[in-house]
Amino acid sequence: MSTRSTTSADVRPSRERGARQASPPALNRQARWRTLQNLKGASLSLPFLAGFALFSIVPIVMALRESAYAARSSGGLGFGDKTVEFVGLDNLARAVVDTTFWSGMGRVALYAVVLVPLTQVVSLAMALVLDAARRKVAARFRVALLLPYMVPGIVATMVWIYLYSPTVGPLHSFFEMLGLDANFYSSEMVWVSIGNLALWGAIGFNMLILYGALQSVPHEIFEAARIDGASELRIALSIKVPFVRGSLVLTTLLSIIGTLQIFNEPLLFRAISPETITKDFTPALMIYNQAFQVGNVNYATALSIVLAVVIGIASAVLYRISSRSES
Amino acid sequence: MSQTTLTGAPTEVPVPEPRPRRRRRTDQEPSAAEARGTSRWFVLGVLVLLALYAAGPLWWLLVAATKSDGQLYTTDGLWFADFRLFSNLQTLFTYQDGIFGRWLWNTVVYAGIGSVGLTIVALAGGYAIAKYRYRGRGLTMGLIIASFLIPGTLMIVPSFVLFTRLGIYDTIWAMILPGMFGSFSVFLAKVYAEGAVPTELMEAARIDGAGEYRIFFSMGLRLLTTAGATIFLLHFVASWNTFMWPLVFLKGVEKWPVMLGLYSWLQRGTDSSVDLTSLVLTGSLVSTIPMIALMISMQRYWRSGVTIGSLK
Repeated sequence: MSTRSTTSADVRPSRERGARQASPPALNRQARWRTLQNLKGASLSLPFLAGFALFSIVPIVMALRESAYAARSSGGLGFGDKTVEFVGLDNLARAVVDTTFWSGMGRVALYAVVLVPLTQVVSLAMALVLDAARRKVAARFRVALLLPYMVPGIVATMVWIYLYSPTVGPLHSFFEMLGLDANFYSSEMVWVSIGNLALWGAIGFNMLILYGALQSVPHEIFEAARIDGASELRIALSIKVPFVRGSLVLTTLLSIIGTLQIFNEPLLFRAISPETITKDFTPALMIYNQAFQVGNVNYATALSIVLAVVIGIASAVLYRISSRSES
Repeated sequence: MSQTTLTGAPTEVPVPEPRPRRRRRTDQEPSAAEARGTSRWFVLGVLVLLALYAAGPLWWLLVAATKSDGQLYTTDGLWFADFRLFSNLQTLFTYQDGIFGRWLWNTVVYAGIGSVGLTIVALAGGYAIAKYRYRGRGLTMGLIIASFLIPGTLMIVPSFVLFTRLGIYDTIWAMILPGMFGSFSVFLAKVYAEGAVPTELMEAARIDGAGEYRIFFSMGLRLLTTAGATIFLLHFVASWNTFMWPLVFLKGVEKWPVMLGLYSWLQRGTDSSVDLTSLVLTGSLVSTIPMIALMISMQRYWRSGVTIGSLK
């Protein structure tokens, strides 16, 4: 160590000679050597920081800026020269009272209120059942239950769209056999159809996290509960479920954030049934439509900010509720 | 002692345990929760039903990809008819001068280059945060955690404006560059580096005269092999599956990745000469099999990544 510290001290410029004289030179030299070491180490994070600043922070700043401007065409009918002018909070104010946007948000919120708890309950049941099975059986089934998680989301959506299809898919004729005429693309059914495929895709991942949490429940508790005469179901509900609460809050939070931004599934359904899935069907679809079909980037940005705020509030409220009921 | 073991076998670094497990259950030991008697049959029955629900759609896809255009509509969807998989594959890879092959290749290129870049950037960043004490370290962690909360939809429109100004809109860089600076990967790398890179070993290397960069590149990176594989795998799969990003940032058909291409076929429905339904199904199968194979064979990597992710 000593050889290293003297050499690096020799190389260092003598700018701070005054400071060096203030305390014992050897100690000071070593402290500065440490600082230099840490600075060199810190510089390893520079590529990430630079890229993060450019591709994450700059867009957020630009979002705030873009939402404060509006493109006005001076030639009428939108063909003349576009001039960009500062409109302050006008776009945001318009977005906050946009009924088309909020009816999309209402649809998605209702869908989330049904789907997110359902996904959690099914995933938790799956994890509990898997935990109750023999180790070897569980290991075999776990791969099968994780299959949907390995399938690309777009492929999953397309496969279900075909499964729902009256011409190609088997589901339609199955329901016909039961005497039901199920049109999975109709406006009454479309959220059920999307919900089912979202559930199919999501339970594997959630089950994995909850199953992992269940594995860390200490063994001894079950023995004690069994001696006290608790049934398996009772053990599951009163011991295991409370034990995985933290993981449950996390998977719920992630589900809500994802669900409120739902885009891919409705867009693909729109390819099949454009009269049911309108261009403003969900907030994310409307943002996409405003920005890239209508071409109003400024307004689309304002809508994205409103969506982000709604998601932030929803997450905060959920977090609050869960941490309050814990204490 | 631990130092010598680690230098002796640098690749044999255990995956850091995300949380201390009180007690591991083993195969020999009967599961604590294991059901008995009738409830065991109940458990098995529920598992079979769930497995059917999970695997059923994939079974249908597999069967449908082997059928001719006509039999796709007329035969039972859940069982094979005439086996036409190879002629379907031939149509898939020759349709429109083999555009599907091009899309597959693009997907591999975007996912491959992006994931290699991300892995290096993230390992360096995570290692710096975990192993050094410097001003701004707390701020960096704060930014990383805060960025988890930002919804992706907020980024898409301003990114479009940014990419247009940078001149990378509608180029492959729009697909590769932004993904290389994912904060979640840095977070993963930091958690791994805390467990896998012993400070004493770094001190030993310093005594031997190695500089900080040399320590990272010749020792740190090797100790972080598991972390690197996890980060690479998670990002590779994510960029294979990405859809909204290329939909917004790539105009040219020949630049598309496979998911966007399949969507364009779904949207068109039928062509004058070919029924695109059959192509979409065969293409879906072809683009899914590599992902399933990759994820099943690399389970130990992505499962540890997912568990650590669940702790954030």
